[in-house]
Amino acid sequence: MIVDYDKCLHCGGCVGSCPQNAIYLNDYILEFGEECNDCGRCIKLCPVSALSRGA
Amino acid sequence: MRRYDCDIVVVGAGPGGSMAARYCAEGGLKTILLEKKAEIGAPLRCAEGVSKKWLEEVGIEPEPMWIRGDMKGAIIKSPQGTTFQLDESKAGSEVGYVLERHLFDKALARDAAEAGAQIMMRTGVTGVIRDGSGKLVGVKARSMGEEVEIYAKCIVAADGYESQVGRWAGIDTTLKLNDVDSCIQYRMCNIDCAPDYCEFVIGSVAPGGYIWIFPKGDGVANVGIGVMGRLCKGEGDAKRYLDKFIAEDPRLSKGQILEIMGGFVSTCPGLDCAVDDNIVLVGDAARIIDPITGGGICHACRTGMYAGKVLTECAKKGDFSKAALMPYEKMWRDRMEDKLYRNWMAKEKLASLDDETIDELIRMIKDSDIGEVNVYNLLKVVKEKFPQVVEGFEDLI
Repeated sequence: MIVDYDKCLHCGGCVGSCPQNAIYLNDYILEFGEECNDCGRCIKLCPVSALSRGA
Repeated sequence: MRRYDCDIVVVGAGPGGSMAARYCAEGGLKTILLEKKAEIGAPLRCAEGVSKKWLEEVGIEPEPMWIRGDMKGAIIKSPQGTTFQLDESKAGSEVGYVLERHLFDKALARDAAEAGAQIMMRTGVTGVIRDGSGKLVGVKARSMGEEVEIYAKCIVAADGYESQVGRWAGIDTTLKLNDVDSCIQYRMCNIDCAPDYCEFVIGSVAPGGYIWIFPKGDGVANVGIGVMGRLCKGEGDAKRYLDKFIAEDPRLSKGQILEIMGGFVSTCPGLDCAVDDNIVLVGDAARIIDPITGGGICHACRTGMYAGKVLTECAKKGDFSKAALMPYEKMWRDRMEDKLYRNWMAKEKLASLDDETIDELIRMIKDSDIGEVNVYNLLKVVKEKFPQVVEGFEDLI
């Protein structure tokens, strides 16, 4: 998952919404674990569209 | 690796965690309260509106320091602009204070510390620790860059919407997309809003959720939005809808933004079970939050207090098994379950109504004499005139 840190508000919304519990918010940095199965829920829900699959 | 030992480790120093820590410490338990961030109560993830009645119930004395405004009432608005104003005499328990959360949260943590709890700042939990038999015995954390282990007889998970501790411990806190609201809020200045009314705008301006304007005094307000997860399209929907609303509202369109914050709320009626062997979940972590307003501070404080009281009893018998913790489950359900379920059903129905019906509903409420205004009385009127809206949960009204 690609995080646009110029947009991210580090609100933790993606963390609590991740069905795989694969995301950890370390203050300002989002860490994606290998449990991520690319379901895209975090992309769908992000209030500022800071997440994407990249190219 | 540095090791700490205590009776109770509380993860998260929001209102739920601080209340749990306070009541555990008052019960004589050695309590450690962990906070991941560098500051308790900031950055903000909250609209800061609360009702008043519950404060006494959980033993919180109102302090002028953390009360930004004492509200006279609330305004509910349809997208067409029909407004229904609830004044203090009629507003009942749904009206209250606008808080300064950064001071409120610190005051509750201070109360926990004064009761004897130890606070560890900048200590983020990264997992749970189990012994050879699989029993939960504590948490792993990073504390100011150092890996530490905190051993405890019981864990209180108060990690808010993220709700990771429960999941690491095997409790499924995953939400359905219908039960998630994606939110964004601006602290705006230079706007023209009622200084002592909290405003709620419902309908297509905020699909499945609502827009709020909560005044902070001096032409400043928290202006925010929640959009139902199922209706998000992955295009930064919350921000798009809020920006559109602000641009089209002449009271707000000249406003400037002082602060931007994101944050999510769950809108389900709570977990099926918020305890397991050696762990209790409180507040947002247990998904215990009003599903229609997204307000969760009072629920967090109540569940935190219940957890502290039950854990104090458990300590006397040295038993923190799921069975021993069940009184906590009973306490929060007895106090809140019916209302949570009712508001969850009402939220689902509200999300299904079009703007015309919402406008009609607000007109109808406006014209009826319903006495004290709260969600219960509003739904009672709706039940009489729009029975289809409350279909399926009439029994709870």
